[in-house]
Amino acid sequence: MSDTTIPPAGGRPGDVILEPTPGAQLRRRIFGNTGLIIGASVLLIIFFVAAFASVISPGDPYDQVLSRKLIPPIWHDTPKATWDHPLGTDALGRDYLTRLFYGARISLFIGFAAMLISGVIGTTLGVLAGYFGGRVDMVVNFILTTRLSLPVILVALAVVSLIGSSLYVVIWVLGLLIWDRFAVVMRSATLQIRNLEFVSAAQALGCSTWRIILSEIMPNIGNHLIVVATLEMAHAILLEAALSFLGLGVQPPEPSWGLMVSEAKGLMFFDAWLITIPGAAIFALVLAINLLGDGIRDVTAPENRN
Amino acid sequence: MLSFALKRLGVAILVALTVSVITFSMIYLSGDPAMALAGEAATAEDIANIREFYGYNRPILIQYLDWLFRALQGDFGQSHYLKTDVASVIFERLPTTMLLGACAISFALILSIPLGVIAAIRPNSLIDRFALTIAVVGQAMPSFWFALTLMLWFGINWRLLPITGTASWLNFIMPSIALGYYVTPGVMRLTRAGMLEVLASDYIRTARAKGLRPLRVLFKHALRNAILPVVSLAAVQFGFMLGGSIVIETIFAINGLGFLAWESIQRADLPMMQAIVLVLSIFYILLTFLADMINAFLDPRIRVT
Repeated sequence: MSDTTIPPAGGRPGDVILEPTPGAQLRRRIFGNTGLIIGASVLLIIFFVAAFASVISPGDPYDQVLSRKLIPPIWHDTPKATWDHPLGTDALGRDYLTRLFYGARISLFIGFAAMLISGVIGTTLGVLAGYFGGRVDMVVNFILTTRLSLPVILVALAVVSLIGSSLYVVIWVLGLLIWDRFAVVMRSATLQIRNLEFVSAAQALGCSTWRIILSEIMPNIGNHLIVVATLEMAHAILLEAALSFLGLGVQPPEPSWGLMVSEAKGLMFFDAWLITIPGAAIFALVLAINLLGDGIRDVTAPENRN
Repeated sequence: MLSFALKRLGVAILVALTVSVITFSMIYLSGDPAMALAGEAATAEDIANIREFYGYNRPILIQYLDWLFRALQGDFGQSHYLKTDVASVIFERLPTTMLLGACAISFALILSIPLGVIAAIRPNSLIDRFALTIAVVGQAMPSFWFALTLMLWFGINWRLLPITGTASWLNFIMPSIALGYYVTPGVMRLTRAGMLEVLASDYIRTARAKGLRPLRVLFKHALRNAILPVVSLAAVQFGFMLGGSIVIETIFAINGLGFLAWESIQRADLPMMQAIVLVLSIFYILLTFLADMINAFLDPRIRVT
């Protein structure tokens, strides 16, 4: 914000408005939050890359050309580096940039789908516990404690290895395991508002419990929900990468970023870029989502910043 | 205090029992365990023999109770792959993982508590920004990638540290950093938030007004109260870490429980997998119980709720 004296959008000319409208205040907070802008931009770019991977990729993610294997990226000062493969090729001669682009699809899809599943489970449990309290709260707390005592990566690995690995197995296993933060946050958010006047008013009017939860409680905890959702999506992406890295997530020849690091592990001493590039991609994606989440929290509830 | 402790203990035991049911039911995830064990070339007779030998033909409840009572006596059965006693292998590997976990949590606390305190003393200063950056970056870094990157620079390019094994304490430096780094953001944020809250309170103002030395106020009065939630977070994180050590131990070839878990998963060694999941879960339950007790002991208000 370089010039704060501009009257807020929506005001008629000639009006003397001392206080900016709530919309203008929100816009100002959004654009004043560097982390939010950076996170949203990077996420948007990655989303764009994933959506149009088939159009903007220079090659095919599965095409193996063994005569062109292990070409270094263009910033390496060797005659082998070529603009045909800007990020080089892997040990099977597949174009690394193309695999990176297609890998964005897998990360975003798994992260989003696992977040949806865990969000539904965690929000349901959390809101019920917060709204009803008492025995319901005790039961939810018990389920939550049990879930927390299970080591996530270990259980995920064991279950995936027993059922057999596929994209959907990974999504369901992660979704069923990482709902804990949703439940904790939604429970305390619901607790905070369940005794407020508008909820009491709805109860006095004789609204059904479902109606109160859906149309009085849910809209008021939505901002917390979005923040947890972003953090959990980032969490799911990291877990998928770790599972794939350990060989029990996404299976070859799919171009998952975690799997790309795993495949390059044996070559890291000679061709370090093979692990640096996909690792940096995971890092950038997770960082962007986290920045977005932190940004949304700061913008919607600035009083909670510290 | 006693009734609080008993209540918590009861919940802990119930949770442990539920976890044992979940762990036990893992063998039925892949369908018929006898068929999975026998392999593809097995005849119907082989499968029947295996079913008989391992007792898979009994009612499930009996199988579970049998497994549970044996586990309670420290008998987790025979490893399908190693053909040895599961419990002895686990207790052989456990100390390495505990040592790694202890090093990692020490590294995390040594890095994050001072940073959190300094960040809280000077909010929005350069150090605060630096601490925040570390926190944000740390939460986004995939642990396996961070470990490999450490290995690449310190092990290969600069040749400062050994990259695999457990031959000397030098071998534990990189794994501890890789494992512990992931915990630092949470601890740092909690320390910072706690210190900010405590430093703004009335009794700190009183202590300062009395003319106590600033450092004494900071450590004796403020940090002691702000550190409380950090203690329980550290306990919880230590439990998470033991589970997460599977990635780090696999990368650095450290012969601990995590590496054993990964090997057992590769070999489809079910009794071993079950035992490791159960041991780590119970350890986590114990840790949280202890953290609850310590907190209740230090802060009487908790005992009431």
